[in-house]
Amino acid sequence: MKGILIIPAFFVTGVILGISGIMPANLVSQEWSSYALYLVMFLAGIGIGADRKSWHLLRTINIKIFLVPAGIIVGTLFGVALASLLLPSLHLREALAVGAGFGYYSLSAVFITELHSETLGLVALLSNMFREISTLLLTPVFVKYFGKLAGIASGGATSMDTTLPVISKYSGREYAIISVFSGVILTILVPVLVTLILTVGTK
Amino acid sequence: MTIILGLMLIGIVTGLFLEKLPSLVKINEKLLNLAIYCLLLLLGIAVGSNGKIIANIYSLGFHALVLTIGAITGSVMVCWLIYKIFFNVKLSSQDLKTPSDHEN
Repeated sequence: MKGILIIPAFFVTGVILGISGIMPANLVSQEWSSYALYLVMFLAGIGIGADRKSWHLLRTINIKIFLVPAGIIVGTLFGVALASLLLPSLHLREALAVGAGFGYYSLSAVFITELHSETLGLVALLSNMFREISTLLLTPVFVKYFGKLAGIASGGATSMDTTLPVISKYSGREYAIISVFSGVILTILVPVLVTLILTVGTK
Repeated sequence: MTIILGLMLIGIVTGLFLEKLPSLVKINEKLLNLAIYCLLLLLGIAVGSNGKIIANIYSLGFHALVLTIGAITGSVMVCWLIYKIFFNVKLSSQDLKTPSDHEN
């Protein structure tokens, strides 16, 4: 829960600095910020590699459980593709990139800003924050009407940490492992899918 | 793209070796958070100093909301299907009187 306050705080501070005009506007577009992105990617990789729990979970788990993150990916991308029909100014590729954040708003916003534009980065930040907040608020309703995977589906990448307590409460403790597993897989895939969606076939 | 994904892969392999050094892993976690915070601060500055974005903030928020609704609806529906077919086994075997449930 701490992250949900800290991350917007950094962003909002930035916005205020930006509006006030104290800071040069082109900080983000400078070359070194893409080196910062490379650093993030490398550090995120180390985090994944060193996470013994996730690797162990992967080895011990029933193959059926892979259906959950796979379903979330297919459902999310299909859903945002349909939603983008209502938003004529947004290209399909842009909508898919925002969707591929799976609720991991900090990383997806940073990636999309670097690979595409600040505007789409902001949409990704907001949209993926909405996803986490909606999951926290609506999981009881989702689980009641759409089965015990509904909270995990809605939570996306966040189902491994921030939304895990609410999911485990309403879907039952036996779903906590599925929740963590699905969240881990999606978290790993966020940078991979966002990069693929925004770069394949463009250059 | 190759650079980004390649770096992630190198990171994962490095991480596998660092597994035995939990103090380094913790430092890594802090560095990662710090890097993400810095980039978000930069994104904030870029957004704040970009008049075009600020002028369109409601429209961008609306775009974000529509995409969120699409993403959540899509994933919840697909997982509902997966749940009914693959995960809800106990319930359907207790529920023998309603054979329609067994078609899936």
